[in-house]
Amino acid sequence: MEKAVKQYWPIFVLPTVAAFIIGFIYPFIQGVYLSFCQFSTIKKAKFVGLKNYQYALTDESFFHAFGYTLAFAVVSVILINVIAFLIALALTSKIKGANIYRTVFFMPNLIGGIVLGYIWKTLLDCFLSIIEQPLLALNEKWGFAGLVILMCWQQIGYMMIIYIAGLQSIDKAYLEAAMIDGANKVQTLFKVKIPNVMSSITICLFLTLTNGFKLFDQNLALTGGEPAHRSEMLALNIYDTFYARSGKQWKGYGQAKAVVFCILVIAISLIQLRATKSKEVQA
Amino acid sequence: MEEKVKQTPGKIVLSIIMGIISVAWLYPIFMILINSLKTERSISTSTIFKLPTAESFNGIKNFAEALTSQGFAQAFGYSLVITVTSLVLILICCSMCAWYITRVDSILSKVVYYLFVFSMVVPFQMLMFTLSSTADRLNLDTPFKICIIYLGFGAGLAVFMFTGFMKTIPVELEEAAMIDGCDPLMTFFRIDLPVLKPTIISVAILEAMWLWNDYLLPYLVLDRKKYTTIPILIQYFKGSYGSVQMGPMMACILMTILPVIILYLAAQKYIIEGVVAGAVKG
Repeated sequence: MEKAVKQYWPIFVLPTVAAFIIGFIYPFIQGVYLSFCQFSTIKKAKFVGLKNYQYALTDESFFHAFGYTLAFAVVSVILINVIAFLIALALTSKIKGANIYRTVFFMPNLIGGIVLGYIWKTLLDCFLSIIEQPLLALNEKWGFAGLVILMCWQQIGYMMIIYIAGLQSIDKAYLEAAMIDGANKVQTLFKVKIPNVMSSITICLFLTLTNGFKLFDQNLALTGGEPAHRSEMLALNIYDTFYARSGKQWKGYGQAKAVVFCILVIAISLIQLRATKSKEVQA
Repeated sequence: MEEKVKQTPGKIVLSIIMGIISVAWLYPIFMILINSLKTERSISTSTIFKLPTAESFNGIKNFAEALTSQGFAQAFGYSLVITVTSLVLILICCSMCAWYITRVDSILSKVVYYLFVFSMVVPFQMLMFTLSSTADRLNLDTPFKICIIYLGFGAGLAVFMFTGFMKTIPVELEEAAMIDGCDPLMTFFRIDLPVLKPTIISVAILEAMWLWNDYLLPYLVLDRKKYTTIPILIQYFKGSYGSVQMGPMMACILMTILPVIILYLAAQKYIIEGVVAGAVKG
């Protein structure tokens, strides 16, 4: 059978692979190469060695963006997962209306980043002007809080769904055994429920972490990096280096930053792969 | 989820608390709704949280305005064309590709598979500049041609999820079909595709959510003078602050999210299953 299938490769794999080469492989390789070049258009690229990386790794704005992203990722990962897990616990405890609540909590996840950013910008700006605080564009503290609130609103529902699936797949025998042994609710939670949803917890932690690190649309639409690039995350900083500055050196710097960013995200994913694998062995 | 269980006081309190949070959760969408019905003068920082009154009520004028003069109808159309065409391309091409990769056991198949998986991890900023200049050179700047890029960029997730499921389909079924005279193409469409339906729905939902909301790729690739999608339109509006007409803007946002919410309410079961399947495999 394999032979017969093989002859059909132009129909089965060629369209996808051709599009994949245009949309991913070629731009990726070219991107790695260009990070060692000075260029304003691809045709006029001039090899400059590690100069771009030297700049990228000493750029204050890039470091600030890294710190800001890290802080944002840590705060949002904790908040999103704790709240999502609590809601999932509540909704799996057979309360009235659980299905309706689940529907409501997931809903914001369907709205795109740009629209979400706009909705919350309007809402928060009006709220800030009522409590007589500077607007988001001039308000570093609220910019950060706004991003966290927005992310929570968007992602809690998604993570809640994964936690609910995890909680519902726990073998009922475990819970009954715990009840017969006289475990109270807190003990059941920590000794039975949480150990049995560890795989869901790993998935959600890494999903929220990579989402936090890669965040772009929401950042652009809510604060746009204001005030003075202080609320700029990594992805937006790279975008800004590419498109918001004039001078032929910037695109090379941007591409070098992008490679560093890419390595960072790949590293997180590799750690995730490890963590998921080791959990599987335990289970 | 809902079984007949005795509602203890604790459960009733919990249910009420969840109810209150749910109402708060919906508030931002509600705010858009009430303001899309107000006249321009009645939307300001101090009145935005107030319900429309007889005086400030504007009927559907904002919606009419958004549809006629703000370019919303065109943007909606382009977004729809891009999402649907890309989705169909991704589903057909990637399921076929995934089938080939799982059935033909060669080094090349493995390499291609791992490249697809790798592409899921790489952030868009890495390809941003080179991808848009490649697209420029190949003239892929129209709503139909951009779908080729989406096929390449969305292939990672689709191929990954399809191969995950293909491995569980017994080969014997296909062999029997081939002995009966089916060629590989017929075998795939008659035997595998029907079994694949749940995975197709999951992939379709995950990819559609991404395609419909994607901002940066179409912004960089499309010929901006001719084509805008909804996210581009809204970002563009926001940029021209001050001169923005808030009423039509709110109407635009409402018309953007309403179809998605209606679709969600209708196909909720599939969407939630799709999300769980995608998360567990991704």
